Amino acid sequence: MTENKISRKDIINLGWGAAGLLAITELSLAGLSFLSPRKSEGEFGGLFNLGDANQYPAGSVTPVEAGRFYLVRLSEGGFLAMYRRCTHLGCAVPYDPSSGKFVCPCHGSEFTMDGDVQNEPAPRPLDLFPLSINEAGEIEVDTSSPIERHQANSDQVVNI
Amino acid sequence: MTDQPNLSPDNLPILTRIQRSIQRESVAPIDDRSRMKLVMNSLVLHIHPAKVSKPALKLTYTFGLGGLLILLTAVLAVTGVLLLFVYTPSPDAAYKSMIALQTEVNFGNLIRNLHYWSGNLMVVVGVLHLLRVFYTAGFTRPREFNWVMGISLLLLTIAANFTGYLLPWDQLAYWAVTVGTSLLDYIPLIGEPLTRLLLGGPEVGAATLTNFYGLHIAVIPLAIFAIVSFHIWRVRKDTITQPRKISQEADKEKVTTIPHLVSLELVFALVWLALLITWSSFINAPLEEAANPAHSPNPAKAAWYFMGFQELLLHFHPVFGAIIIPGLGLLAMILLPYLDQDMATTGIWFRSLRGRVLTGLSFFLGIVGVFGFVWLDEFYLDFPGWLPFLPSSISNGWVPLAAILLLLIGYYELLKVLGSRTCEARQALFTLLLASFATLTFVGIFLRGEGMALILPWG
Repeated sequence: MTENKISRKDIINLGWGAAGLLAITELSLAGLSFLSPRKSEGEFGGLFNLGDANQYPAGSVTPVEAGRFYLVRLSEGGFLAMYRRCTHLGCAVPYDPSSGKFVCPCHGSEFTMDGDVQNEPAPRPLDLFPLSINEAGEIEVDTSSPIERHQANSDQVVNI
Repeated sequence: MTDQPNLSPDNLPILTRIQRSIQRESVAPIDDRSRMKLVMNSLVLHIHPAKVSKPALKLTYTFGLGGLLILLTAVLAVTGVLLLFVYTPSPDAAYKSMIALQTEVNFGNLIRNLHYWSGNLMVVVGVLHLLRVFYTAGFTRPREFNWVMGISLLLLTIAANFTGYLLPWDQLAYWAVTVGTSLLDYIPLIGEPLTRLLLGGPEVGAATLTNFYGLHIAVIPLAIFAIVSFHIWRVRKDTITQPRKISQEADKEKVTTIPHLVSLELVFALVWLALLITWSSFINAPLEEAANPAHSPNPAKAAWYFMGFQELLLHFHPVFGAIIIPGLGLLAMILLPYLDQDMATTGIWFRSLRGRVLTGLSFFLGIVGVFGFVWLDEFYLDFPGWLPFLPSSISNGWVPLAAILLLLIGYYELLKVLGSRTCEARQALFTLLLASFATLTFVGIFLRGEGMALILPWG
């Protein structure tokens, strides 16, 4: 012990310890990735083609049930694909055509047509899904990952 | 044995030998020595010491709450295994299993009711058990870590309840779990991936049902079994605290576990079993229509034991309501036994006469204070409106939190100035917070209507 020398036994013990730690790490990572969410095509989480953009009149809200989002065409003509999940606690937010607003039944949050918060407790505007218009003039919405935003603005709107 | 020298194992009849090979001791010993030996040598009974404190057997000390929790666990295990044979964990089949339980399966409703009510009762009894230990200072040295294990058991009980809540796959289940897991979303950084992992996707769906099923029938029960074993073993090693009156020494008298404790336990278990079965025969567990992910009910409420948190969320910025305030509360609970070194009062209800008065007063203050706060906040308080130049995490988070912390610290310091001992002041503070949380839960469950608007009982 007085000598500052690492014995062979110490090295072997260190090796066993490192191997054990490695085994635990590998197994945990394998387990975690085993448990991670799966993605299935054609369902919510996949790509949706909604056809010709011109069939949707300005100032309209079209629910896409399978994709759990609303296709919103603002009165100026731009498009938004808005996730129907309330940003407060996850309720499904229905569109109220008479007031032109989204009103959450659970805790009273209200959103304007472009998803901005008009009435709390929702902490941020409704999330968006990436929307594009392809060469054939058809609308495509990718529901794999919603985009969080802190404010609704015109940059988020997709125009033809 | 000595007066029957001929009874060596070879001379015994075969049936007696078989019986002795299974149960070595006599099952009905008549003298104290063999009774103690039976406890020591029995796999089940040796969770008890051979002798127990006589005053601690009094029902008005422990109220048998720990024992009741074990009984409930047993009832849940048995009824849970039975339910496994009927239930299919998929969105298409889960609700049909519920209907089958109500219409086709013999005693299906009774078994489901027993499971449902025992599970819910377990949360209540778990909290009462914690309060009993707290108010008799049963968590002081050397029992600090057992208190921590008790808290983790309570959390696991709530997790078991919550995962079980989803399994019927009705509207109640679907939206309570949606709202409940969305609370996790607010944890900074890890909240979103954690919720995704738990749900198996962005929303409650088929993957969530499989996940919750696995957690509910395997992971959580095994974890509870492991920790409960450790918990009870520690109680056995440290012994239970002994009750005593103010300024009296504890009565040191001990009695043998058989029959004094064991017979009491058996009678207690039978009475509770009868109560549970009677209750479950008449009162059905709720079942609403099948889950519909497109249609949220109004209002959508979390499971009742989370309503205190959901109510907090109505008053504070989400990070504060869902994470910071509950987190601080939990941390304080875990640290309690390590901060409190006043062991001289162990076994005395509420520690002292002053402790009793302060506990009552703080409980009252907590209830009145929170009702007042909820009412004011509903109609008058509007921090974000008054401080429009600040982000809502400050105006609706740090500002009210700081105000409340200042009030609490002021209350604590006032009690100290008025001559309370540290442990009495701390107990008063705990009581104040307990009463506040209980009141928030009450308001959330009973006084929130459509759109979570406050319903005043007088109109």
